[in-house]
Amino acid sequence: MQKTENNKAWFLVLPVFVCVAFSALIPLMTVVNYSVQDILGPNQRVFVGTEWFLEVLQDEDLHDALIRQIEFSALILLIEIPLGIALALALPTQGWRTSLCLVLLALPLLIPWNVVGTIWQIFGRGDIGLGGYVVNALGVSYNYTAEPLDAWVTVVVMDIWHWTPLVVLLCYAGLRAIPDAYYQAARIDGASAWAVFRYIQLPKLRGVLLIAFLLRFMDSFMIYTEPFVLTGGGPGNSTTFLSQYLTTLAVGQFDVGPAAAFSIIYFLIILLLSFIFYTVIQNMGKGGAS
Amino acid sequence: MARIELKGLAHSYRAMPSAPTDYALRQMDMVWEDGGAYALLGPSGCGKTTLLNIISGLIRPSQGRVLFDGRDVTELAPQQRNIAQVFQFPVIYDTMTVFDNLAFPLRNRGVAEAEVTTRVHEVAEMLELTADLKRRASGLGADAKQKISLGRGLVRKDVAAILFDEPLTVIDPHLKWILRRKLKQIHQQFRLSLIYVTHDQIEALTFADQVVVMYDGQVVQLGTPQQLFETPAHTFVGYFIGSPGMNLMPCKLDGDVVVIDGLRLPLAPERAQRARAAGGQLQLGIRPEFLQCLAAPQADAIAAEIQAVEDLGNYKIVTARFAGNTVKAKLPEDAPATVGAAWLLLPRERMQLYADGRSVG
Repeated sequence: MQKTENNKAWFLVLPVFVCVAFSALIPLMTVVNYSVQDILGPNQRVFVGTEWFLEVLQDEDLHDALIRQIEFSALILLIEIPLGIALALALPTQGWRTSLCLVLLALPLLIPWNVVGTIWQIFGRGDIGLGGYVVNALGVSYNYTAEPLDAWVTVVVMDIWHWTPLVVLLCYAGLRAIPDAYYQAARIDGASAWAVFRYIQLPKLRGVLLIAFLLRFMDSFMIYTEPFVLTGGGPGNSTTFLSQYLTTLAVGQFDVGPAAAFSIIYFLIILLLSFIFYTVIQNMGKGGAS
Repeated sequence: MARIELKGLAHSYRAMPSAPTDYALRQMDMVWEDGGAYALLGPSGCGKTTLLNIISGLIRPSQGRVLFDGRDVTELAPQQRNIAQVFQFPVIYDTMTVFDNLAFPLRNRGVAEAEVTTRVHEVAEMLELTADLKRRASGLGADAKQKISLGRGLVRKDVAAILFDEPLTVIDPHLKWILRRKLKQIHQQFRLSLIYVTHDQIEALTFADQVVVMYDGQVVQLGTPQQLFETPAHTFVGYFIGSPGMNLMPCKLDGDVVVIDGLRLPLAPERAQRARAAGGQLQLGIRPEFLQCLAAPQADAIAAEIQAVEDLGNYKIVTARFAGNTVKAKLPEDAPATVGAAWLLLPRERMQLYADGRSVG
């Protein structure tokens, strides 16, 4: 058979290229543009090379925000992933209770993020908030607007409340996809509940857990709205995460150059870590074979 | 190994079964002899998997008891029954090596590691898996995976029976033969009790010493492949076993004579007596293989009209009509059969008489 060779196929992918160019590449290039120039006025600009990058990388406040951010994401993943798996395992598997549980679980996911922040801001207040009032009444001193630790706890608990359901839903779908024969075979093989989890459920959940892990990592690493509404980054800088730091830099202080340089670094960090997680989880449990 | 007895067993998936149709498995008594190779044959939805799962303990029966060597195991969980089961789709533990897969049932039971190694190597040798022992099970083909499932049953020395639930469904046809032969070899070598569920009659007939045919939640016949073929106990068996299935013609009794729409065929008096005693709707059955076709009239031959002849290369299937019935005959390749008038011979000893579906001999 004769094959025609020409470049017509490019026309077919052209619409995608145009869309991606306008939605992602061109805005990104603007940022790149800012990151290597010092904008002095509407028509005055100086090429500064890597100066902004060096400045940003030496910024102590940013180091603190980065460390805080890594701690936050690590904590979130360590709690939400196991908790999500546990809840998915505990969910009823049939009947109306299943639907009820799923609907209740999905509710936090449907609430706009700034509303989530507002809910917890009120909930945690010592004077009129149900949560804050009860905790104080129990004799535990709690004030998230004044105590960094309390603010941290509130932000973390809020995020767990908000996002664990996503992990649960993903895991639940993954669990339902395991054929009954696996459980039956495991019963016949005399496997304990732990062995069933370790050798059947967990391996079969690998795909959905990878997705859950990446989504939760990326989202928590970019978290902005909820802590911004809840604590505004305080007290002090104790809950100022990277996005908020970036916003302050770009919009508050109007340091467009450093902000752009930092945006690129931020993007690269997320890309790099996501890639590492993806590779590691994909290859996890594939080792050991010759 | 054990002798498995089912006493007054019945099962319904409904909480409050009332009508017989509520039962997936109607009341039955059965004995599976120690060391036998049984096939459980029947169409989809006839209750064969339910029966299998009751024997393995995955399902607790609504009524009746399951005995292993006389010991009541009805209330015992599968792991306490020492049963092995191979499922339709290969079940393997993805993250483990083949060795660990085979060792899994033994390790779960706390068997010493030295013995585990010995047993796993024996079984791997038997199933020709030795070369793959260090490989991950997930990378293997469906046939090797199914061998691993079987191996997990074989490693346990004390296993009472190995149950198979349509184990070759997802295996390539040419590998099916190899696996089935392997299974048969293992059975002959170790005299294990095997129960093999299938809806494929060829598979059932080649695999088993005894075939149990199920239909609509009941066991309709237990017999050797030859018995199923020659003396089907139920019209369903006649229809289900063989290709084409048994010819069945509604008939009536007039004294000792069977009447098929005016055509009169004499019967042995005791046979007629049994049919009269049984009552109900009578049917006369004869296998297509036992019909003979003649080109010229002869004593005892019945005038018929051949409507179609299908030549399948090594035999012919003839569709003929007589006395208001359409029958099929399976004739040798050289038989003189052409469309048009012909004469059929119905050997009397090959005829089966059924009252309400059940054979009266």
